[in-house]
Amino acid sequence: MRFSRTSKALGLAAVVAMSLSACGGGTDSGNTATGDTTKVITANNTEPENGLLPANTNEVGGGKVMDLIFTGLVSYDVTGRTVNELAESIETEDSQNYTIKIKSGQTFSDGSPITGKSFVDAWNFGAAAKNKQLNSYFFESIKGYDTVSAEGATVDTMEGLKVVDDTTFTVELAQAESDFPLRLGYTAFYPLPESAFADPAAFGQNPVGNGPYKLAEGGWKHDVSIELVPNDKYNGPRKAQNGGVTFTIFTSLDAAYTSVQADTLDVLKDVPPSGLQNFTTDFEGRNVNQPYAGNANMTIPSYLPEFQGEAGTMRRQAISMAFDRQQIIDKIFYGTKTVATEFTSPVLDGFNKAIPGNEVLKFDAAKAKELWAKADAISPWPADKVFTVTSNIDGPGNKEYITAMANQISTNLGIKAELNPVTSFKEMRAMVNKKELTGASRAGWQADYPSLYNFLGPLFGTGAGSNDGNYSNPAFDAKLKAGLAATSVDEGNKLFNEAQEILFKDMPAVPLWYQAVQGVWSNNVNTVQFGWDGQPLLYAVTAK
Amino acid sequence: MVMFTIRRFLQLIPVFFGATLLVYFLVFATPGDPIAALSGGKPMAPAVEAALRAQYNLDQPFWMQYFLYLKNLVTLNLGQTFSGQEVADVIARAYPVTARLAIMALAFEAFFGILFGVIAGLRKGKLFDSTVLVASLVVIAVPTFVLGFVLQLVVGVKLGWARPTVSGTAPWNELILPALVLGLVSLAYVIRLTRASISENMNADYVRTATAKGLSRRRVVVVHILRNSLIPVVTFLGADLGGLMGGAIVTEGIFNVPGVGNLLFQAIKKGESATVVAVVGILVIVFVVANLVVDLLYAWLDPRIRYV
Repeated sequence: MRFSRTSKALGLAAVVAMSLSACGGGTDSGNTATGDTTKVITANNTEPENGLLPANTNEVGGGKVMDLIFTGLVSYDVTGRTVNELAESIETEDSQNYTIKIKSGQTFSDGSPITGKSFVDAWNFGAAAKNKQLNSYFFESIKGYDTVSAEGATVDTMEGLKVVDDTTFTVELAQAESDFPLRLGYTAFYPLPESAFADPAAFGQNPVGNGPYKLAEGGWKHDVSIELVPNDKYNGPRKAQNGGVTFTIFTSLDAAYTSVQADTLDVLKDVPPSGLQNFTTDFEGRNVNQPYAGNANMTIPSYLPEFQGEAGTMRRQAISMAFDRQQIIDKIFYGTKTVATEFTSPVLDGFNKAIPGNEVLKFDAAKAKELWAKADAISPWPADKVFTVTSNIDGPGNKEYITAMANQISTNLGIKAELNPVTSFKEMRAMVNKKELTGASRAGWQADYPSLYNFLGPLFGTGAGSNDGNYSNPAFDAKLKAGLAATSVDEGNKLFNEAQEILFKDMPAVPLWYQAVQGVWSNNVNTVQFGWDGQPLLYAVTAK
Repeated sequence: MVMFTIRRFLQLIPVFFGATLLVYFLVFATPGDPIAALSGGKPMAPAVEAALRAQYNLDQPFWMQYFLYLKNLVTLNLGQTFSGQEVADVIARAYPVTARLAIMALAFEAFFGILFGVIAGLRKGKLFDSTVLVASLVVIAVPTFVLGFVLQLVVGVKLGWARPTVSGTAPWNELILPALVLGLVSLAYVIRLTRASISENMNADYVRTATAKGLSRRRVVVVHILRNSLIPVVTFLGADLGGLMGGAIVTEGIFNVPGVGNLLFQAIKKGESATVVAVVGILVIVFVVANLVVDLLYAWLDPRIRYV
């Protein structure tokens, strides 16, 4: 197929809208233009962990700011559909060679022009190992990435990127990847002005972008606030509908929640656990609870001796059926999540809640016990062995839900099961990365871009970066590859869902539930919309 | 007196190195991998990871890391945070806020603590005394975070008298509420210390002599009883100042104060040795100086105490 215009080709993705709007919460885009468009909106944020460079921003604190002060070739609308921003067209015939034309006459907020070179230079900069950019692996699909990302590499341009003229550049991938155009709205793929490369560190403190907003003069007051003002050079679809956005840095969500109650903060994404029970009454008519592209899993590593072979597969399935997801959601999360029916997210295009084999996600104590007994007949579970689930317990609700889950597994399978608590995220990641787990571990995934592949490839592909459980199945890899090589998004999605059937047989991870964003806003602003990624659409927020 | 002061400052040197070494080791020994956490569980190109490890000396053994840290310290380079900012800048932003908060809390607890303590001590067993004793007991018994959340909800949200969280650069007026919460517990202790000390000294020989000399009640109380009774109170306040300057993790968290407590908490969570050690190093200096001032105050309060 030929991608004449990205937005049209991906228009099929509109199906996604269904799952979002069904959940209510103000996804009606018609009601935003009213209200005062001159007042500054305040929103909560965490201090960005790195300088504000596209390829170095891999966490939400910086991501929220980057998404407002930069814009890429495409952006994602409220439903996760890609719409063209800077791209005039993204064309390919084989899903491997792309010709990208950008709209002419576009400039950065300082007036310097946006050309094909702005993208090529930015991507080369992001990929090169010597620049130490955390998102470097995002460019791995591009031909020549291996050479620039190697340790001590001297080459710093990828051969797959070529500037044709001022408004055209070409991308050659190492292999066919049909969802490449979907990724181009992600932070890592934003362009950079010429001035960024002289002193990237200084640029990161005072970035010049091309988004609907720009950083106010001295606007980044570290650990305190980040002030953005509208960028009048921007003329894309995300035009600012307010007088600016000021992010207030909060280290505690409880403090932010109280501030919205007192109307000293306008928009809060993420109601803290203490507010989950009451936020709909505390903020009547000023709250939202809607799914976003994120899920929670429990990984059972393939290197555990008790989970090998046929017995291992049965045990994984038995564990998955041995606890009542809905009950845990109701009791611990006050019903704010949705039971998982597959490995991705319901807000994505191609989501299928009836994938064959997904009955292993249904609570069935009798069946679980039966499977466990069968597994024991093949190779007995060690008498004193405890099934542990490792999790950091500094995250909200982790300790409570895993304890509940372990108790149910213990009761229903007749084995010992418990939470293995570690104090911090860094400690858990170290254990996971060193493959030192002696049991299952908590995992979760938040999409970088709206695509089924983003939930499957990085987590379950052989040798993939976030494949915590060392899962490897050539049949699964082949399905993914076929999905990537597909010439249409629909066909790709069909293959990705077939790949999920394999996952249900192997159960490298046990899907738990889909995440939802709980957001609230103050009396000072009109209805706030939250997007496919759970982030509020701050550019569209108007004051009362 | 001068010799005494100099000696105390010389003691600072081994204390400083001992404390920083210990803290550096503690951060080093906390389980977990800061660079892995930096990637947020997402993959990281191996070459990028190696380069980051080298940048923060995390590829070196412990002694080498500490030595490199000290080497930088000599040139007044406190190192960089994982987000690439100078630790010195980060601390320079957070300390004024915490210092403001500490001074307000200290002033609050010292003034009202001594005032209430003196009145209670002089009227031992009367209604005021009993009320203050019970009230202070309640304050001591209730954890700070409960006090903080309740005051925040009542004063900040329900009554709307003050912002529930501090805005921007934390001006003095917005720090009143957190300072109150921070000072309340110590206030209770100051009251009780002052009261006990006053009621004990009221029966001392020199007080009877002063009264017999025909001095006014006011002079007896202020100059003879109070001055002599302040020694335990000043000791407590001195130690408390050190604690307050270390930042109040709980209170700063509740009121979103961008101070040292918050900074330290975040840095410990991330395993950012450079920041943690720098904050602790400054704290060591603050404690030593505060203790020195307390010791010098002893001599002023009680002429019988001399330093040579």
